[in-house]
Amino acid sequence: MIVGQILPHTLPLLHFYFHLNIKNLSSPNNTRKEMCDVTEIEELKINVHVFNVCVCVCVCVCVCFQSEPASLPAEDISTNSNGPKQDSLFDDDPEDLFAEATEEVSLDSPERDVLLSDGPSPAITPITPPTSVITPCIGHAHDDMFTHSSFDEIEEEEGGDSFDMHISVSDPEKVGEFWFTLSLSFLSVSLSQTSMSLFKRNEFSVKRRFSDFLGLHSKLASKYLHIGYIVPPAPEKSIVGMTKVKVGKEDQSSNEFVEKRRSALERYLMRTVKHPVLLKDPDVLQFLESSDLPRAVSTQALSSAGLLRMVNKAADAVNKMTIKMNESDAWFEEKQQHFENLDVQLRKLHASVESLVCHRKELSVNTAQFAKSAAMLGNSEDHTALSRALSQLAEVEEKIDQLHQDQANADFYLFSELLGDYVRLITAVKGVFDHRMKTWQKWQDSQMLLQKKREAEAKLQFTNKPDKLQQAKDEIKELEGKVQQGERDFEQISKTIRKEVSRFEKERVKDFKTIIIKYLESLVQTQQQLIKYWEAFLPEAKAIS
Amino acid sequence: DTTFRSYSDDPRAVNVDLQTDATLQVDISDALSERDKVKFTVHTKSTLPNFKQNEFSVVRQHEEFIWLHDSFVENEDYAGYIIPPAPPRPDFDASREKLQKLGEGEGSMTKEEFTKMKQELEAEYLAIFKKTVAMHEVFLCRVAAHPVLRKDLNFHVFLEYNQDLSVRGKNKKEKLEDFFKNVVKSADGVLVAGVKDVDDFFEHEKTFLLEYHNRVKDASAKSDRMIRSHKNAADDINRIASSLYTLGTQDSTDLCKFFLKVSELFEKTRKIEARVAADEDLKLADLLKYYLRESQAAKDLLYRRSRALVDYENANKALDKARAKNRDVLQAETSQQLCCHKFEKISESAKQELIDFKTRRVAAFRKNLVELAELELKHAKGNLQLLQSCLGILKGNT
Repeated sequence: MIVGQILPHTLPLLHFYFHLNIKNLSSPNNTRKEMCDVTEIEELKINVHVFNVCVCVCVCVCVCFQSEPASLPAEDISTNSNGPKQDSLFDDDPEDLFAEATEEVSLDSPERDVLLSDGPSPAITPITPPTSVITPCIGHAHDDMFTHSSFDEIEEEEGGDSFDMHISVSDPEKVGEFWFTLSLSFLSVSLSQTSMSLFKRNEFSVKRRFSDFLGLHSKLASKYLHIGYIVPPAPEKSIVGMTKVKVGKEDQSSNEFVEKRRSALERYLMRTVKHPVLLKDPDVLQFLESSDLPRAVSTQALSSAGLLRMVNKAADAVNKMTIKMNESDAWFEEKQQHFENLDVQLRKLHASVESLVCHRKELSVNTAQFAKSAAMLGNSEDHTALSRALSQLAEVEEKIDQLHQDQANADFYLFSELLGDYVRLITAVKGVFDHRMKTWQKWQDSQMLLQKKREAEAKLQFTNKPDKLQQAKDEIKELEGKVQQGERDFEQISKTIRKEVSRFEKERVKDFKTIIIKYLESLVQTQQQLIKYWEAFLPEAKAIS
Repeated sequence: DTTFRSYSDDPRAVNVDLQTDATLQVDISDALSERDKVKFTVHTKSTLPNFKQNEFSVVRQHEEFIWLHDSFVENEDYAGYIIPPAPPRPDFDASREKLQKLGEGEGSMTKEEFTKMKQELEAEYLAIFKKTVAMHEVFLCRVAAHPVLRKDLNFHVFLEYNQDLSVRGKNKKEKLEDFFKNVVKSADGVLVAGVKDVDDFFEHEKTFLLEYHNRVKDASAKSDRMIRSHKNAADDINRIASSLYTLGTQDSTDLCKFFLKVSELFEKTRKIEARVAADEDLKLADLLKYYLRESQAAKDLLYRRSRALVDYENANKALDKARAKNRDVLQAETSQQLCCHKFEKISESAKQELIDFKTRRVAAFRKNLVELAELELKHAKGNLQLLQSCLGILKGNT
């Protein structure tokens, strides 16, 4: 089943395109016990394509714009095999039919042929020559043509860093568990410090599992949260959804679940990669590029939700402390209040939008049922012209029910998910503010300890304990260093947070504007379709005589 | 408790296409809802000699309409006609309950939210009120348009007598009697339906009506569910608009103007969505409900005819027996003649009634389906225009 629904957007956001290509590979050891994910593993093939002109892309075709391929250290890559190694990743599952899973690879670079797996030919995207090509869009009414005349440059305040890239998460494949294809391509990545490109290749794709994403997030969180960087939270696990999929039920709801997850992973990755500091992180680079990623150790403990819980607990602990931080900087107080308010309002809005999605789906179902009922009524009506008109009414209502279904999807994937993402992001932002408080606390603690030690030392001056005195002096020296470090840390985190918040707010404005506009466009299309349908029906109704 | 008045120039849902006749015109010119009663002002214009004046009005309540309907049903002379279905009882319970809940929850919401919701509920109450007025009016118009029923004495009393008719609602005993009567009727109905009719026309009508009635029932229920979902979605959009408004007032970035604009848009589209649901209710759901009732009335007519046929056949058998035994032959003959006459009379008028029923039905469906399509188009175009103009502004600014 292939569903192609493309919602193009500006560079900061992900191009959605996906191939619901679930291969039911029967694996006798399907129920391999995993340490990490209770739920499942999704392989991500990251297809990143750079677009000179962003286009609406249909299911199979990606446009990529190639600059001259960066020098490929072929040796590097060949050691990482072509696709997840059967042995390293599936040590306990030799019979896993993983060999069939393919790695999607861009066919441009000649060196890459070396890397192509021996397995069956990749289920992929034929690559068109590197000019901007607009491919026909299949799929529904919500395809928008979106053009972008130049690269969307993301510049750091320090200036200089720029990169254009496109990431997509696609092709969920069930190989025992789910793997997604993660594709990336870069036009150029240049850093202010060096002109060396960050990535070894210009485009590539790898396969990743859901737990891999969680693993990445946990690493980034442990490295960056406490120094003030807003690390985008990873999508949450959903035990219910995944058990259904694991059981192998390939029905509407499990397909929806997979699509939800795929979409969430894409957005997550894009947000992470857009962050100029995180992008340079070696873990991120390895995640994006390496075809052979070591398994995340224990993502259950490190799941995004778990992490957030830990952050929140820490936050609570800080708040419960009786020592109030004397905020010397009103900016922080103001911003914290702002995020507090934003959190409340976004949650409220999110709840309303979720309710709308639900009711819209209900409306679709009820309209379909009414359509059937109207058809039956038309059948039993013995006046011919009226009978025909009623049948046509039934047809119109059937089309309208599909329209409602599509609109409900737009309600969800555009509006609801945007709000959900930001509710989680703001929790991360609040976490960062709390870390600053912790840092301040640490500094204060060191200072107080230093004070005490100094007093103790002063007392020791009058006793005859030279070695104790020396010890005290040494301790004081150490503490002085600590206090200085504490102050530096505090200043650094404050500075980082200011920058981060400013970047975050810019992104937030952009995100909301872009996505809400897209959402409104989906509403426009629905109304246009409605007009078409009713205009076709009206003469039929008038024809009753 | 609020009171509502309805005025004669309000658009009404008319599910029947009736010829207005200068000799007798009836309408409900005013209505008042208070406490748990609705008082309808029935206004009559007539050139008929049996009325004291040419134009007059009386005030009637729902129970009096039911009394009039039941008097038709119980009248043997009208056995051969489709008795216009009685209007349903005015039901404001749900709406009243919501208003009450709103009053209780007043403390927990902002002043704007409260006023907004109150307006919503009042609008809903008003819509239900208008509908019930329309349904009572349609009943009277149907009676006035019927060549025989319009001459009924009870009808004239109903229209003219300006005192209270003192018809109280049925007490428990009477309601129970009705219940049993209906049970017997439906059992009989099944029996009689099984007998194949000699007359092709009636045989066809029987088959048709039985199936049609069931399907209309189903379509009516499904349309109600669909419209309810629509209303729910419109309510959600209302809440979304409010949230966006709050976000807009709070935000310090560029987004504040953006949110305010989108909030305004959703406020307007929400109103249109609510109107779509209301119009679907009026043109589709009400239509189906009405024909559910009318098709039942037609079925009742067929049932009465079948009963008369059975009586006639029984009378024939009794006559044969009497002749065989040579006892009470004259009595049996008279009885048989009466039954024959009754059956033939019913059959004749029933045929015409059923033909008229079809004509009315086709006309009503045509009118309502056309109006439905036109309204859907109007609203979709309105929505589209709002969305496009807002998008134009938003895109221009970004």
